[in-house]
Amino acid sequence: MKDHDQGRGRSGFSRREFLKGSSAAAAATALSVGPAVARAEEKGTKLVGPGATSLTLNVNGKDHQVQVEPRMTLLEVLRYQLKLTGAKPVATDGSCGAATVIVDGKPISAATTLALDCKGKKIQTVESLGGPEPDQVVKAFAKADAQQCGFCTPGFVVAVRAFLDKHPNATKEEIRQGLNGNLCRCGTYYDVIEAALECVKGGS
Amino acid sequence: MKAFEYAAPTTEAEVLELLSPEWGKTEILAGGTDLVGLMKAMIITPDRVVNIKEVDTLRGIRRTSQGLEIGAVTNLDDIHDSPHLEPFPAVRQVIAGLGSMQLAAQGTIGGDLCKRPNCWYFRNGFGLLAKRGTLVAEGDNRYHAIFNNAGPAKFVSGSRLAPALIALGAFVRVIGPDPEQQAEIPLSEFYRTPRDENQRENVLLPSQLVADVVIPDLGLANAAYEVKQGCGPEVPLAAAAAALRIEGGRVTDARVVLGQVAPTPWVSADAREALLGQPVNESTAEAAADAAVRSATPLSHNAYKVQLARVAVKRAILRAAGHQTGGF
Repeated sequence: MKDHDQGRGRSGFSRREFLKGSSAAAAATALSVGPAVARAEEKGTKLVGPGATSLTLNVNGKDHQVQVEPRMTLLEVLRYQLKLTGAKPVATDGSCGAATVIVDGKPISAATTLALDCKGKKIQTVESLGGPEPDQVVKAFAKADAQQCGFCTPGFVVAVRAFLDKHPNATKEEIRQGLNGNLCRCGTYYDVIEAALECVKGGS
Repeated sequence: MKAFEYAAPTTEAEVLELLSPEWGKTEILAGGTDLVGLMKAMIITPDRVVNIKEVDTLRGIRRTSQGLEIGAVTNLDDIHDSPHLEPFPAVRQVIAGLGSMQLAAQGTIGGDLCKRPNCWYFRNGFGLLAKRGTLVAEGDNRYHAIFNNAGPAKFVSGSRLAPALIALGAFVRVIGPDPEQQAEIPLSEFYRTPRDENQRENVLLPSQLVADVVIPDLGLANAAYEVKQGCGPEVPLAAAAAALRIEGGRVTDARVVLGQVAPTPWVSADAREALLGQPVNESTAEAAADAAVRSATPLSHNAYKVQLARVAVKRAILRAAGHQTGGF
């Protein structure tokens, strides 16, 4: 999903690109201490960090080589290194569901998952559900107008996809309970549940 | 988050070698649902994080001669969905009540049992005992303990599953500090009330970890009930679990354990006494619930929790015996 294209205003200049440009100077200074200080081998167990270490992340079916510090969360690497900005940073403790991604088939919060913890795992983000032929859940969200400010929407879309994958014939009540881990400040729950129900009826 | 070094060993022995004998130096990472948030907030600032999820022997649900053995890093949703959990509805009810499929999919049973307390003074950097308890006593203590709160510890135990597992007679296998050392500790003796900042809320040493939880096959009727403000991933205001042996229509053995009411899971001997020899019905459950909260000593802002704890006990007992109750 090319989100910065959608964010392009009349000036042909996106907000995200502007912010990226203006912060480049600051970032260059901060990174001048040098990357990759990886230590290894303590009694046979590989110990890495605290500096950056290389990691292969499989995101949406594609392998990405990244340099990460052990303290970096999956959400930080997805957003700031891989430019996959669908998953949102909202609650730092993962209590809102806005950073929901699917890792090895399970819906988890990228905000409370360390990037290194995803080594060798298959990560699926909301971007994989977009594209020219979007996932049924994305279409249902558009049809039901299931968003207001939209900030929680990517998390909800992934959560609905993961929930319906596990419970393809869910009832309205089951959907309500299943989506309890996602919060919407605007209160668009009604339409989100309608969108999820649409997918159940349409056969997912 | 403070920078730290990281390892993801694949054997229990390697895990133990990586753990520091000193509190605060190393942290064990399981699901990370709570630890990562606490590290971001700089409440926990380890030099090293040891991810134990790559250790195969710490994962899985197995039937053994002792009962049902659940590895510490087994995810809560897998526990909920396992057919082995059929005899233990109390455990399933608590997991379903987490109110977040993300938390259940990511969280682990060992992580839940060792979860740090939810006290907002602790989580905002004032320490677990917050000025020897004076901050809590004089401050906003609406979510704090109503039992065993005269000392410096006034927080409530962080584990959601502990009351149900204690009621079911579960024990934990603890390994370390040396690889060959292991101990079986009844979960009812696993928690303790810290008296100073160097003590934790359970008996583990910094270089020990919970490897498995074992739920024995005691054939007890059981249920759990949590009183929550809403339906989301928030912490309950009061909770209870009951495990009963009912023979000839009367209770011959009973364990009633309260959660969210004391610095440890709170085993109520009074509720047990009230139930023994009685049939389970609305009035006996209510009498047991009254007994369970009789010795409560609420703080300045949490007397309301006494009534909620009473309701939780009553409903847990009734549900264990197969009766319908109000509530969710």
